[in-house]
Amino acid sequence: MMVEECFPATRLKKDMALLPRRIDKLMMIAVLVVALALPPFLGDYWLKGVMIPMLILSISALGLNIVTGFAGLISLGQGAFMAVGAFTGVIAYGRYGIPIPLTLLIAGAMAAAVGAVVGAPSLRIKGLYLLVATLAAQFIILWVIQRVPWIGAGSMVTINTPPVFIAGLHIDEALEQYYFALCVAALLTVFALNLTRSRVGRAWMAIREQDVAASVMGVSMLRYKLMAFMISAFYGGIAGAMVVFAWVGAASVQEYDLDLSIQLLGMIIIGGLGSVLGSYLGAIFVALFPIAISIAMHNIYAISGGDIVSAATLANAEHLLFGALIVFFLIVEPLGLSHLWHRFSGSVEAKLSRFPTTNQTPTRRRPM
Amino acid sequence: MNELIYAIELTITGLLIGSMYSLVALGFVLIFKASSVFNFAQGAMTLFAALSVVGLFPIVGFWPALALTIVAMCGVAVFAERVIFRPLIGGAPLVIFMATLGLAFMLEGSAQIIWGTQPYGLDLGIPIEPIIIGGVYISRFDLVAAGVAGLLVLLLVLFFQKTKIGLGLRAVADDHVAAQSMGIQLRRVWAVAWALAGLVALAAGMLWGARIGVHFAMSLIALKALPVLIIGGIESVPGAIVGGLIVGVAEALGEGFVGSMIGGGVQDIMAYLVALLFLLFRPYGLFGEKKIERV
Repeated sequence: MMVEECFPATRLKKDMALLPRRIDKLMMIAVLVVALALPPFLGDYWLKGVMIPMLILSISALGLNIVTGFAGLISLGQGAFMAVGAFTGVIAYGRYGIPIPLTLLIAGAMAAAVGAVVGAPSLRIKGLYLLVATLAAQFIILWVIQRVPWIGAGSMVTINTPPVFIAGLHIDEALEQYYFALCVAALLTVFALNLTRSRVGRAWMAIREQDVAASVMGVSMLRYKLMAFMISAFYGGIAGAMVVFAWVGAASVQEYDLDLSIQLLGMIIIGGLGSVLGSYLGAIFVALFPIAISIAMHNIYAISGGDIVSAATLANAEHLLFGALIVFFLIVEPLGLSHLWHRFSGSVEAKLSRFPTTNQTPTRRRPM
Repeated sequence: MNELIYAIELTITGLLIGSMYSLVALGFVLIFKASSVFNFAQGAMTLFAALSVVGLFPIVGFWPALALTIVAMCGVAVFAERVIFRPLIGGAPLVIFMATLGLAFMLEGSAQIIWGTQPYGLDLGIPIEPIIIGGVYISRFDLVAAGVAGLLVLLLVLFFQKTKIGLGLRAVADDHVAAQSMGIQLRRVWAVAWALAGLVALAAGMLWGARIGVHFAMSLIALKALPVLIIGGIESVPGAIVGGLIVGVAEALGEGFVGSMIGGGVQDIMAYLVALLFLLFRPYGLFGEKKIERV
């Protein structure tokens, strides 16, 4: 018997693989098959109302997870970064006719530049003080977008994008928009996966666990904290531009308010702080959650013979349960849904392989 | 001369409104001092309290409504302490902060399920016509509101200084391990702190409710209180008051003089601009303890 078989995790090549475990590979294939094959059978309602926003919000949540989950720097400004991306995108494409792929990069870069400014205080302050700084950024960025005449977005103005063409293809059907969003999300996910398991990712986690210790070990606070903020904003910016090009077709300030930032934070808490997978699970959960509530409430009312549920009651019940879930996950499962998956897949993997590995499940209890 | 009177008018208005910001900020400080929890739900508690009062008012009358709401706020306090914060003791501050965010959602959702989402008016019977002193218009309502806010602050200071529970609260704020070893019951003290914050939320909710009406936007007042805390220092009662006044005046003057030049809306971000200045140059605030960590 080969040594490598006895100690499967000791081979560097295997250890450094994008998806180290067999079960992850199987799962990835299953997810890709579903993501590629299912949508043509879904109607526009599901695509426009659930699938596309889910993908786009996943991208943004992934960015927020990088700064908050990996680097441990709380941010309530992700919505504003999305706004920066959205307006940069709509101006670059609509006004100057820059091709979409380049426009997305410009939108991300612009948001990253703003992110660097917002992240700069993180070198001096942390915790609640940083929280207020990012909150200030959220308000001030949206305010500036509304006030600068060149942008052309008054307080209630939306800017429509011209028809979206990528390499001659007209993207206007929901299905095309979905595949477009899927491509972007897939690229950014691979990038994030690679980033978080590299030197950069380890530096972020070191900062999150003990920033003084990390600093003593030679991790540059300036470089990695700013980098976390910039990459987080970059993801937010691209997500914001995708809202315009692949979902709504217009940029308006109202969509990117504080509620969105808080919702994104809720997503990564529920999905799993410090987990790429968790960003997706959180976004999926939050996208499907209102539908589940609505179905449940309608059934409860139908059984009890009451009136039809009003939209306001539904929205409030959703609000209430969303809050309860945030609290529930923080107390009961601080590593979120992704931890449930790790536990489950760990036990399956142990059954699959002849030599159970023990070090695959994260054991850290408190994420921050 | 007109400019000067205008400026004085704006300053007085700002001070009066600022006193109401102080009131909201005070709720934050109470909980932060006792348990180092940064309570994002303070705004939601304000909404919850105000909605309960205006919701119960037509059913049982004003005073019973007030009494029932006080009971409800104490219930919320005990619930928050027992169910949410006790399991999280010793957790990272940011995790606990996120839990208060969850609590805020729960309070907003439940209050609006019970009492509906339509805005309510609240008439406390305070005359609205302004009084004029030396050519300067002063809103009578704001004057009364500021008086109530001042009175509450005075009561709280007396409570902290003169009563046994107040002493316990201060001891816990100072060093909760030492306080516990001296026989102070931490859990009870925390529940009291939350209940007090609930009562402050009730007062703030009624005053703001009478001023702008009782509706969802009320919970956004909490967002105005965050910069107040940064300016005043996060664990300081005088800081909350002075910070609130500074924010109120900055908003009024900013809107009055700068706002007209760039199309208004300055007051929405003024508080944050001032807070950012403080974060850059004096992050522990005016009266805060200088223990901010740097890396």
